[in-house]
Amino acid sequence: MGEILLKIENISKYYGSIKAVDKLSITIKKGNIYGLLGPNGSGKSTTLGMILNVVNPSEGSFEWFEGKLNNHQALKKIGAIIERPNFYPYMTAIQNLKLICQIKKCSYDSITEKLELVRLWDRRNSSFSSYSLGMKQRLAIAAALVNNPEILILDEPTNGLDPEGIEQIRKLIKLTASKGTTIILASHLLDEIEKTCNKVIVLKNGKKFYEGPTDQITQTHGYFEIGATDLKKLKLFLESIPQIQQLKWNDPFYHVSLNEALSEDKLSQLLVNETIFITHFVKKQPSLEQEYLTLIQ
Amino acid sequence: MIRLLVIELHKIWYNRISKTLIFGYFLLIFSVAIFSTLKVEIGPIEFYFAEQGIFDFPYIWHFNTFIISLLKIFFAVVIVAMIGNEYSYRTLKQNLIDGLSKKEFILSKTYTILAFVVSSTLLVFLISLILGILYSDYTELSIIFSDLEYLIAFAVKLFGFFSFCLFLSILIKKSAFSLGFLGFWQVFEGICYGLMKWKLSDSIPQLSAEQIFQFFPLNAMSNLIKEPFTRLSAFQNIAQEFGDGFNKDYSVSLLSIIIVLFWSFLFIWGAYVILKKNDL
Repeated sequence: MGEILLKIENISKYYGSIKAVDKLSITIKKGNIYGLLGPNGSGKSTTLGMILNVVNPSEGSFEWFEGKLNNHQALKKIGAIIERPNFYPYMTAIQNLKLICQIKKCSYDSITEKLELVRLWDRRNSSFSSYSLGMKQRLAIAAALVNNPEILILDEPTNGLDPEGIEQIRKLIKLTASKGTTIILASHLLDEIEKTCNKVIVLKNGKKFYEGPTDQITQTHGYFEIGATDLKKLKLFLESIPQIQQLKWNDPFYHVSLNEALSEDKLSQLLVNETIFITHFVKKQPSLEQEYLTLIQ
Repeated sequence: MIRLLVIELHKIWYNRISKTLIFGYFLLIFSVAIFSTLKVEIGPIEFYFAEQGIFDFPYIWHFNTFIISLLKIFFAVVIVAMIGNEYSYRTLKQNLIDGLSKKEFILSKTYTILAFVVSSTLLVFLISLILGILYSDYTELSIIFSDLEYLIAFAVKLFGFFSFCLFLSILIKKSAFSLGFLGFWQVFEGICYGLMKWKLSDSIPQLSAEQIFQFFPLNAMSNLIKEPFTRLSAFQNIAQEFGDGFNKDYSVSLLSIIIVLFWSFLFIWGAYVILKKNDL
């Protein structure tokens, strides 16, 4: 059991009659990488806004570092990027980072290191307004890391970037994670979450829908894809097998999901016994994306 | 406090427009001072400000604080533009995420206003002192350092005006609209005064329009330092020639100072309350 960094208790945010976040409770523990998932409008950004002190909660509370620090003291030990990079366009990268160090009360020492890390050192004296979107996003990462934060919060960090930019940001996140920094990553890119996060929290309509280890969400009995020359016979036969939960025609084969373990050799044996000649036979584990889509439906 | 001041000055210093406006403001103060020492010749008419007695102690305190306070709009634009920028660049949001509290945000703006007011007041004091010593007919210490309350009035006037600008920019968020509203408010106060002058004495005879009007923020600020021109001996002479003696109270009233300080407090506190309530 790791140290608790953030405890959110029954937090809600109403916009008029709309409940953007509805009695949400989350506990963030040290050393984990959390993926925050949910469709647009599920309350991810509002939740992050509340814990980052820019959105006032309608109800409920949260505390950082077990209440040892008040909110804005705690935020100085946190690095956060929300939606898009916000900097003073007329200042250079260095000037912007120095300002952030003043706000966070940290020394200027790591500015050079972080600018080199995000490969902006050569452009350190160019004004922020002259940067491309990818560079802006990388500067945002440098800014979030400049105080060597205990926890890094990223909301859609790869939004609007080209594939190369996405790859660069992903590498930076992995590098930061490998140093033991706790990360909360809100993203739509599920393969990204699957690869980087060890815990997943799914939000839907402002409520927590699922919370658990990433591998558990995909750890099901898997599914088969089966096609045959005689599809009618195949269907009749498959419907008689108790381990099969659901049968879906997914042209040109059946998508067969399981509710109990059923191995490939066992099923093929049964098919042979019934003299069904198959044209397609695959067993697969679902990806996070598929599981997520089933979850939120 | 130093940290908050440094944060705000860092933001202003690297912004070319703000820096230019502030330099322009201080430069204008100097140039006003220098120009008024020159002899102006327009055709056959020769005009020499210094001979009109504007540099005589203690009148110079009144004259200079009045003239230089007209330049306050320069820094007002800086305040309004800088806060407007914080919203449009969304850096206010980022500042809060980085760990600045909303209270600190308002305080850092307020400290900057204070620093600006103090440096302006010091500058006015020094320039007036130097011009006075060079050109005044009276140089006794007791005369030089009389009527210094105009400097206090100057500082309070600037502080009140900038607090109003701070409040408006937090309330309205868009700098152009904030400045527009400032102009609108000036007109609004004028209309109110006109209406009161017209109707009030009919319904409540014991109250004069001026008695109420002195509590309006912009009017209270302008009441702090009354126009100095009619106090000049040249003007007084003309007025006397036309028969009716000219009697006006030019002194700084304590009530005006209290009213403006009260408004300043209300504006800063109001700005904080609005910011605290808003989601960003």
